[in-house]
Amino acid sequence: MPQDANQVKDHFSLFREPEYKELIANKRANFENRHAPEKVQEVVEWAKTEEYKELNFKREALVVNPAKACQPLGAVFAAVGFEGTIPFVHGSQGCVAYYRSHFSRHFKEPTSCVSSSMTEDAAVFGGLNNMIDGLANTYSMYKPKMIAVSTTCMAEVIGDDLNAFIKTAREKGSIPAEYPVPFAHTPAFVGSHITGYDNAMKGVLEYFWDGRAGTIDKVARVPNGKINFIGGFDGYTVGNMREVKRIFDTMKVEYTILGDNSDVWDTPTDGEFRMYDGGTTLEDAENAVHAKATISMQEFCTEKTLPMIAAHGHETVAFNHPVGVEATDRFIMEVARLAGVTIPDELAKERGRLVDAIADSNAHIHGKKFAIYGDPDLCYGLAQFIMELGGEPVVVLSTNGGKGWAKKMQELFDSSPFGAGCKAYPGKDLWHMRSLLFTEKPDFLIGNTYGKYLERDTGVPLIRLGFPIFDRHHKHRYPVWGYQGAMNVLVTILDRIFDHMDATTDGIATTDYSFDIIR
Amino acid sequence: MAEYSTQEDHEMSVSTPTNIAEVKERNRALIQEVLSVYPEKTAKRRAKHLNVHEEGKSDCGVKSNIKSIPGVMTIRGCAYAGSKGVVWGPIKDMIHISHGPVGCGQYSWASRRNYYVGTTGIDTFGTMQFTSDFQEKDIVFGGDKKLAKIIDEIEELFPLNKGISVQSECPIGLIGDDIEAVSKAKSKEHGGKTIVPVRCEGFRGVSQSLGHHIANDAIRDWVFDKSEGKAPNFEPGPYDVAIIGDYNIGGDAWSSRILLEEMGLRVVAQWSGDGTIAELEATPKAKLNVLHCYRSMNYISRHMEEKYGIPWVEYNFFGPSKIEESLRKIASYFDEKIQAGAEAVIAKYKPLMQAVIDKYKPRLAGKKVMLYVGGLRPRHVIGAYEDLGMEVVGTGYEFGHNDDYQRTAQHYVKDGTLIYDDVTGYEFEKFVETVKPDLVGSGIKEKYVFQKMGVPFRQMHSWDYSGPYHGYDGFAIFARDMDMAINSPVWKLPAAPWKQDPDYVAIAAE
Repeated sequence: MPQDANQVKDHFSLFREPEYKELIANKRANFENRHAPEKVQEVVEWAKTEEYKELNFKREALVVNPAKACQPLGAVFAAVGFEGTIPFVHGSQGCVAYYRSHFSRHFKEPTSCVSSSMTEDAAVFGGLNNMIDGLANTYSMYKPKMIAVSTTCMAEVIGDDLNAFIKTAREKGSIPAEYPVPFAHTPAFVGSHITGYDNAMKGVLEYFWDGRAGTIDKVARVPNGKINFIGGFDGYTVGNMREVKRIFDTMKVEYTILGDNSDVWDTPTDGEFRMYDGGTTLEDAENAVHAKATISMQEFCTEKTLPMIAAHGHETVAFNHPVGVEATDRFIMEVARLAGVTIPDELAKERGRLVDAIADSNAHIHGKKFAIYGDPDLCYGLAQFIMELGGEPVVVLSTNGGKGWAKKMQELFDSSPFGAGCKAYPGKDLWHMRSLLFTEKPDFLIGNTYGKYLERDTGVPLIRLGFPIFDRHHKHRYPVWGYQGAMNVLVTILDRIFDHMDATTDGIATTDYSFDIIR
Repeated sequence: MAEYSTQEDHEMSVSTPTNIAEVKERNRALIQEVLSVYPEKTAKRRAKHLNVHEEGKSDCGVKSNIKSIPGVMTIRGCAYAGSKGVVWGPIKDMIHISHGPVGCGQYSWASRRNYYVGTTGIDTFGTMQFTSDFQEKDIVFGGDKKLAKIIDEIEELFPLNKGISVQSECPIGLIGDDIEAVSKAKSKEHGGKTIVPVRCEGFRGVSQSLGHHIANDAIRDWVFDKSEGKAPNFEPGPYDVAIIGDYNIGGDAWSSRILLEEMGLRVVAQWSGDGTIAELEATPKAKLNVLHCYRSMNYISRHMEEKYGIPWVEYNFFGPSKIEESLRKIASYFDEKIQAGAEAVIAKYKPLMQAVIDKYKPRLAGKKVMLYVGGLRPRHVIGAYEDLGMEVVGTGYEFGHNDDYQRTAQHYVKDGTLIYDDVTGYEFEKFVETVKPDLVGSGIKEKYVFQKMGVPFRQMHSWDYSGPYHGYDGFAIFARDMDMAINSPVWKLPAAPWKQDPDYVAIAAE
């Protein structure tokens, strides 16, 4: 009997006991009708070849293991960054269960979000009644300060009109006449979660700046000296937002964070569940129209939002998820220029410490080859940092990156000898990446949790950076932006490199010589 | 139960001193209190889903399997989740296409912990996400051509797959695609390959439940009917059974299978955890279907009974009391050899169970639990808690039907238990706040809400990344996990000491 009350075995060890090994083997041999092991091995080897890669890249319709999610996920991300706001997703309810689960698995935090629970009758007659009842229920139960509406693909396919529906709901008394309900259409069959973030952020700002969907007059802009900051869809939002605020405070910049998720996804365990915590106040969101400039930390998350803001008279500046010394330099200097402040020595010192760390450690990274995948801006920031460290990106893949992104990546590669052999792969998925790992043979892979399947199949060690990270805890608490954030990224990369060195040199009486105590 | 008593049973009372009349009164008041927050129409509808169980009643006195109310934060999912996520997803040697936009397949990618063994990406595909990643043009012009192409590409790149299922997402049914025609044509083209169109669009029905039903029907229509007359790979025997409705979460089906095999039965199929298409096809040759998750697979069990004359029996492998009862019940369908086998299995594991209870019951006796889960678990796990001297004081189903509530009332819950069907986030939070259980068992969306409140929590869908919980081996893990949840030192820490110390506050104020 394998189980023992004093040393309880769970799945990690239970199924390695002989009784279970036999059970699993017998099941396979007698009932599963599997292919012969030799046949399986043959295909395993074939799938590693150039020939397979070619076939794989010929795919036109099938998508396997994509590194992207759908629009409403991004809309929910943007919405919970506003004070007391509950995202309301109009369409099928299962989608909302998925978004909430997805965020909770990454942040290890609750994510509150409601659905209008449309079913077959709504598919036929439209979801107006769901909107009317839904807004009334959400408003009375959860007492939000704002309800931010977005859509699932179901509502989009049948063509529900959010503006008209919300207006009707208001007339029917579901919500008070003046109550803020910004909205954005977020069809899942267009773009990805970053598109949804963009649409929702634009929806909220337009709502407040342009007369609250026709309910009041447009706000007349009176420019002030403030800077708006938009982070974009970011798995490190908790750590990053706090770091950015610290940097701005250090620089004495007057700023407004638009969509600040750092508190709602980092609430304390102190006996109280906070459905809402922190976030951009609605007043600040409205007054943000008066700012002199708006910064987007992720260009591809704000492709529509930023031009809309520019049209309101702001100077706008977009970055591509800046990571590292030079990228952060540019960010800090732009902030200083826009805000008309000088850069304090404190930041110069932080910068110096990062350069110091890179000087200490870069020998372990120099010349190593990296494959990177993730959201378009993240890919850019990480590739730039890798090159700064003397590493060589060889494959940079973004399922939700387009041609414009690929061009931008190529310009980046062309800017440095360390980018010479690198290629950007827009619109490709992690099954493409699997082929590339076999044929391009990078030393390390950078990506999110799903990369662990690639690591297992190809043997290329995974450095976990991205979203989602489900199988490591608390990474989202550590910034990757700013000089200190770059330090965290550097340490994450180095830790994996060192772990890999140890794991590949620990053969007793075979590789004793490289198993060093000092590295 | 008495068989597993410990010394502490005689020293500590199992339930709190509050008498049952008071509990019922409090629970009724609590229901009224939560209803008061809703608009009138909603309060009226929600009232039908909340109740205090009365002993002797044939059901729990709640309405169920009814549409969720918009805007209330239901915890439910959709038909796609019930089909792809639950029933079909675990069939490991098939490729399941999430047909439609990218999200559904992405969020359900490998998150349910249906364990399997196989070479992923080559002859096994369980932890992969295959999607048609619909774009606007697919919505406008239809996705049938794309689907046909996808099937061809799968055949080329994944030649060892044993079949394909098409899991419809919302748009498919709305844009009028004919996935049945594509599946039929492509099956013919690819040498009679099993290609199963599943109409599990997320807007169908009111929860995951209809997705289970649709998925069951698709197996009936596209697997059974097709494989009729096909001989199984093995010689049928007198003791052949199929495990139905075990998804092998954390290895549950394996720790169940081992007991059935030990009592002398031969398990010819697992539905669907670690399952294969060959096992599905062979099941009509079984002598008995043993059904764990009644909710998700009663449909196919009834069908096999009607069409092939295979009886089915529900069982419960959570906790020694129910396992014992279940082993005997299953054995009663067979001869003395199997019945003796069941007794031998029960006897074999008794010392282990006693050791587990001796170790954990003293730490857990009298602790109160509130559950809110799906499928069979709102009732099935109650016995396991009771084996540890714990008490389930509230329970509810995410997507149960009246037959679930009947089973719950007749065999599981105690007088005065708070019952909540399709609970809303608000209600659940308020119930826990007032009832103050020692443990909440629910899902990932609920986990952190209650932990913030300082209430110990275990995910009872995914076993909180532990498991298995089924069978005797699983019960030891269940007991360990409940103990580590409730008795973790972290639950002494939520309150800051200076906020609790009146002297400190007084001094600070001076």
